[in-house]
Amino acid sequence: MSKLIETRGLTKQYPGVVALDHVDFDLEPGEVHVLFGENGAGKSTLISMLAGANTPTKGSIRLDGETVSFDSVAQAQAKGIYTVFQEFSLIPTLTVAQNIFLGWELRRGPFLDHRAMRARSREMLEELGFDIDPSAIVARLSRAQQQMVEITKAFHGDLKVLILDEPTASLTDREVDHLFDFVTKLKARGVGIVYISHRIQEFARIAERVTVLRDGAVIGTVAMADTNDDALVEMMTGRSFDQIYPSITNDPGEILLEVAGLHAPGISNARFQVRRGEVLGVAGLVGSGKSRLFRAVMGLTPVQSGTVTFKGRDITGATTRHIIKGGMYYLSPDRKAEGLDLATTARDNLAVNIVSGMRNEGGSPFVRWRAVNGSIDQISDHVELHAGYRNKPVSQLSGGNQQKALFGKCFGQEADLLIFDEPTVGVDMGTRAALYLLIKQLAEAGKAIVVISSDLPEAMNIAHRLLVLAHGRISAELSGQDMTEDTVLKYFFDETGATL
Amino acid sequence: MTTDTMPFSFPGLIRKIFVRVGVLPFFLLGALVVFTLLSPKFLTGQNLVNVMRQSVYLVLVSLGQMLVLISGGFDLSVGTAIALTSVVSATVMVWLAGIFPDAIFLVILLGALAGFAAAACVGLLNGIGVAYFDVSPFIMTLGASSLAGGAALLLTGGVPVSGLPFAFADVFGFGRLWGVPVPVIVALLCIVAMWVFMSRTSLGTQVYAVGGNIKAAHLSAINTKRTLMMAYVGCALIASLTGLLLTARVESGEANLGGTITLESIAACVIAGVSLRGGIGRVENVVLGGFFIVLVQNGMNLAQISSYMQMVLLGALLILAVIFDQLRYRMIMGGS
Repeated sequence: MSKLIETRGLTKQYPGVVALDHVDFDLEPGEVHVLFGENGAGKSTLISMLAGANTPTKGSIRLDGETVSFDSVAQAQAKGIYTVFQEFSLIPTLTVAQNIFLGWELRRGPFLDHRAMRARSREMLEELGFDIDPSAIVARLSRAQQQMVEITKAFHGDLKVLILDEPTASLTDREVDHLFDFVTKLKARGVGIVYISHRIQEFARIAERVTVLRDGAVIGTVAMADTNDDALVEMMTGRSFDQIYPSITNDPGEILLEVAGLHAPGISNARFQVRRGEVLGVAGLVGSGKSRLFRAVMGLTPVQSGTVTFKGRDITGATTRHIIKGGMYYLSPDRKAEGLDLATTARDNLAVNIVSGMRNEGGSPFVRWRAVNGSIDQISDHVELHAGYRNKPVSQLSGGNQQKALFGKCFGQEADLLIFDEPTVGVDMGTRAALYLLIKQLAEAGKAIVVISSDLPEAMNIAHRLLVLAHGRISAELSGQDMTEDTVLKYFFDETGATL
Repeated sequence: MTTDTMPFSFPGLIRKIFVRVGVLPFFLLGALVVFTLLSPKFLTGQNLVNVMRQSVYLVLVSLGQMLVLISGGFDLSVGTAIALTSVVSATVMVWLAGIFPDAIFLVILLGALAGFAAAACVGLLNGIGVAYFDVSPFIMTLGASSLAGGAALLLTGGVPVSGLPFAFADVFGFGRLWGVPVPVIVALLCIVAMWVFMSRTSLGTQVYAVGGNIKAAHLSAINTKRTLMMAYVGCALIASLTGLLLTARVESGEANLGGTITLESIAACVIAGVSLRGGIGRVENVVLGGFFIVLVQNGMNLAQISSYMQMVLLGALLILAVIFDQLRYRMIMGGS
C-alpha cells in the first residue's frame, strides 16, 4: 500500500537541544495515526514540520511518494495537508463564515460575495454535523464551537492529510462523539489523520496505529488492536500507570468551607462542604459550571444569593484579595492568561506571592530580598523546579515547568484551602506524578484541597469525595465505592431541571 | 541563534546586553561618538555638567512615566500636569504673597501644595478611568491632557502669571546647596526614593506584577485597582514637582510649560528598556535614558542642527527604540 506521508530520519536540532531525533513516521490513507507522548517528547515538533510551520534540520518528508519541503503552512495546505493547532487561527471579531473563507474569499466581480460565503459555510458546517450559525461572531462561540469552525476551515481544498492537535481537550463528550463520527467519514474518503491526544481512552475508538515518542525519539509504533492503555503509558513514561496517582490518607477534620444555596452566573443552588485533610474532586463536562462554581466562591464572579462560609466567617461577596488573605487560594486553569507573568522569570513570579504574603503578616512595607530569595529557592525545591529554570523567563519554560512555577505561587501565601483548577492540563506524566505528590503532602498536612478536573480518571483517583456538576447544578456527591466511572458519567448527563 | 552556543563570542555578548538592559548602551555609545566628532565642545566636563543640570526635569518626569509604563499603561498627560501645576502654584503664590508678604516661605509652601493638589486631581482622574472603568490608558490620559491643558489656559487666559516671590526662583530655580544646584538635589532624592520604592518595597513589586499580568496579580491577592491608581497619581505628582522646579526656573506660571516633555519622557523610558507592555523596567536605566535624550539635544545644538530637524530626529529615535523594544520582547519570550 502506498503511504500518504512518510518521514525518514526526521531531525530537528535547536541550540543545545535535539527536539526530534531521526524520526521515521508514516501515515496511510484512511487511517488515524495517534502520536502519543509526554509534553516535550517531540509530538508538536513533528507535526509542526508536517504542517509546514517549521523546517527539519535533517531528514526528509515524502507526500504520496514525492519528496516535499514546505516553507510555510500555506504551502503545506496547497498540497492538501491541513493542521488544526491548539492555538486557533481564528479572528474573534469576524463571523464564522468570514473566518471559514479567510484567504479563500468568494467574489462576485470585484466585490466579496458574502451571501454565497454564508451559504457555502452553512453547507460545510452541516456536512460536518456542526450546529453553528455562519453569521455568528466567533468571539461569542464556545471554545468547542470555535474548534469546529477551525476544523471546517480545512475543507476548502483537496484534503489529504488532517492533523489534529489535542482536538478534544475542550470538547464535551457529545461534541467528541460528533468529531469522531466525522473523523470516521473522513477515513472512508481516504483522508489520513494524524491525531495528537493525551486522552488514552479515545484511542481505541478511532485509531488504527499509535506511535509513542519520548525525548524526541520514536519508542515504537504499535497497532491499536495489539496493545492496551497500560502498555502505552508504560511505553510513554517508562513507568506503569498505577505509580502516577499516589494514595492519599483520608483524615477529614473540621469544616473549612461551607457553601449553601449558592446562586451565581451559570450556577444554581450549590451546596457542599470542604474539610481539612481531604481532597474534594470536582468533575463535570466543559460548561457544566465546575470552574464557575469556585470562581464565584473566590469572589471572581458575583454571588447572586446564598452564603459562602470560610473558617466560620461569612465571606459571601468579599473581594478575591480578602478571600486569598483569609487563607483560600485558587490556581487558575489558564497559566498563560491569568496564572503567570510570561515575560519575567519564575523567580519574579514567585516573589509576587511571597511579597504579598509577607505584607499579610503586617510587616514593614520594605522587602527583604534575601529572605524572599531564600523562600523562593525553598519553594522551587519543593515543587521540583530545578535551579536552572528559576532565572529564565517563564515563556521559555515547558508546560510542565510553567505549571510547577504556578504551583509554587500557592506556597507563597499561607493558605488552608487550595483550589486547583485543572492542575495538570497540558502537563507531561512525570510532572503530573510530581504535582499529585504535592497535593498529597498538602492534604496530609491538614490542608483542604479541591481539585477541579475535566480528566475523569484524575478526579476519581486523587479525590476522597467527588462533586459532579451538570448544567450548573451539583448533580451528585460521591465517595468511596460509589465513585465509579459509570456512576460519574451518568451524573455528567443528569437531565433533571435541564433544558436539553 | 547559533551565537547562544558560544558563550564568549562578541555577538553573543552584545545580545546578552541588549536582552538585559535594552538598546540604551548602544545608543549612548553611538551618540558620544557622533557628537564628539561633530563638535569639539561636546565631550568636555563643563558641557557634561551642563547636560546633567538640564536633564533634571526630563529625568524626573521619566521616573513618573516609568511607574505608569511598568504598571502596563502610559501617561500622555504629564506635560499638561506640569503646565497646570505651574499656573496654579504661581497664581496661589502671587495671591497669598499679597496677603502675607512677611511669611514668604509659607506662601511658597502653600502654593506648591496647591500645585501638587491640582496635578493629583489629574492623576486621580486617570487612575479612576483606567483602574475602575477599564478605559484604555491612551484615550484616558489623552483626554486628561486636554482637560488639564485647557484648565491651565482658562485660569490664566493664556497670559503668564508673573510677580512670584523672589525667594522661590532664588532657591528652587537657581539656588545651590553645598555647591550643587537645588534641582539636581531634588532629582537625586527622587531617584533614590524611586529606586527604593520600585526594588525594595512590596508596593513596587506589585506595580511590576500588575503590569506583567494583571489577572495573575489579581489571583495573587494584589489590589490591582489601588496599584494602578497609585501609579497614575504618583506619576502626576512627580510631574507636578517638575512643574514647580520649572516654574521657579522661568520665574512665572506658564500654561505652555512641558510642551514636548510627554513624548520625550516616553522615549527616555523606552530607550531605557521599559517595556511598553508593562512589567519590565529599571529606575537606574530610566535615569540614564532621560540623560541620554538631553545629551542628544545638547549635541544637536552644539552641532547647530535646527530645532525643526531636531524634532524629526527625536521622533525617529523614538520609533527606532520602539522597534528595538519589540525585538527585545520577542527575544525574551522566544528565548531564541
